[in-house]
Amino acid sequence: MRKSLLFIPANQPGMLQNVDIFQADGIIFDLEDAVHLTEKDAARDLLKSFFNSVELKDVEAIVRIHHLDDIPAIINPRLDTICLPKADLEGLKKLNRALSTYERKYRLSKKIGVIALIETPESILNALAIAKAPRVNGILLGGEDLSTSLHVMRTVEGKEIEFARNMVIYAAKSAEIDAIDTPFTNVEDNKGLETDILHAKALGMNAKACIHPNQIELVNRLFMPSLTEIEFAKKVVIAMENAEKQGLGAFTVDGKMVDQPVITRALQVLKASEGYEDD
Amino acid sequence: MKIFRTAGSYESNDCLVTVTKADGLTIEIESVVFEEFGDQIYAVALETLKQLKATNMHVHIKDKGALDYTIRARIKTAVKRLGDIRA
Repeated sequence: MRKSLLFIPANQPGMLQNVDIFQADGIIFDLEDAVHLTEKDAARDLLKSFFNSVELKDVEAIVRIHHLDDIPAIINPRLDTICLPKADLEGLKKLNRALSTYERKYRLSKKIGVIALIETPESILNALAIAKAPRVNGILLGGEDLSTSLHVMRTVEGKEIEFARNMVIYAAKSAEIDAIDTPFTNVEDNKGLETDILHAKALGMNAKACIHPNQIELVNRLFMPSLTEIEFAKKVVIAMENAEKQGLGAFTVDGKMVDQPVITRALQVLKASEGYEDD
Repeated sequence: MKIFRTAGSYESNDCLVTVTKADGLTIEIESVVFEEFGDQIYAVALETLKQLKATNMHVHIKDKGALDYTIRARIKTAVKRLGDIRA
């Protein structure tokens, strides 16, 4: 399960050569908004050359395309995922066909995944169908473009995207894929970022896009289960094992009745905390 | 007036490649790391231009510490922009 995805402009060699050290779960190489229209060709050539030369370790390689025409230029065994901007059902269908064609043409042994970036009111309303479209393994909310479509200001509190956040979360969780929150755009406001992450997490988001490397550590840390959650989950699992040995159907932990949903959530917390190192 | 095309930038870890049509192939390199990597930059440029079948042009590379894959990409873009290849 992803936690942090970092956008970097695909036409900046200085950023490309550092992608391994950012500690993000995934890097979104951006061919869209971060690259000027007159530099799309240069960005594609640079990204292709980069993929041909550099093997990324332990980081998902994602490309946000500008157009389906980008795909033949950047398809590579090292590419894991395409991020489709302004994703809708028709666009996802075309992308699926294009990827199938190029996977066959270049004899790729893997199937490239898709993150649907949804940023229009219509796509928000179609979130469940988008989440269940072929290849889609995550939905990323695009809060800035959505706010523009809604003719509202983006605010730090984010009330204007609350409905969209919930739609993304319910759709993604129904399809058992990642719910990825919109980036927090003030890269100098760490307190605001923290509040934004905790709010998104409380609603059900499990990951967040970042637009600056400085945001990654906080996103990774806060999307981990808290120590309190981990401790409680461990107690639940121990109590469950003891109850099974004694043939008990119901049991309590810290005075709270434990039933199947609590056990399932405890197991989810422990799975999400794998690799967690307590400082 | 000579027609030229450029690609890249003179920012750290990048290089600015300028290509013009010419008789024969010449490569000119300016680099902040010329002493250490001038030969390697030349070899990468020559190999890339051969792959692109670019034989009649002057290539000027103003390098600020670009890695090999960046040099290859910038040359390819500049040559394509000049219209000599379709790759």
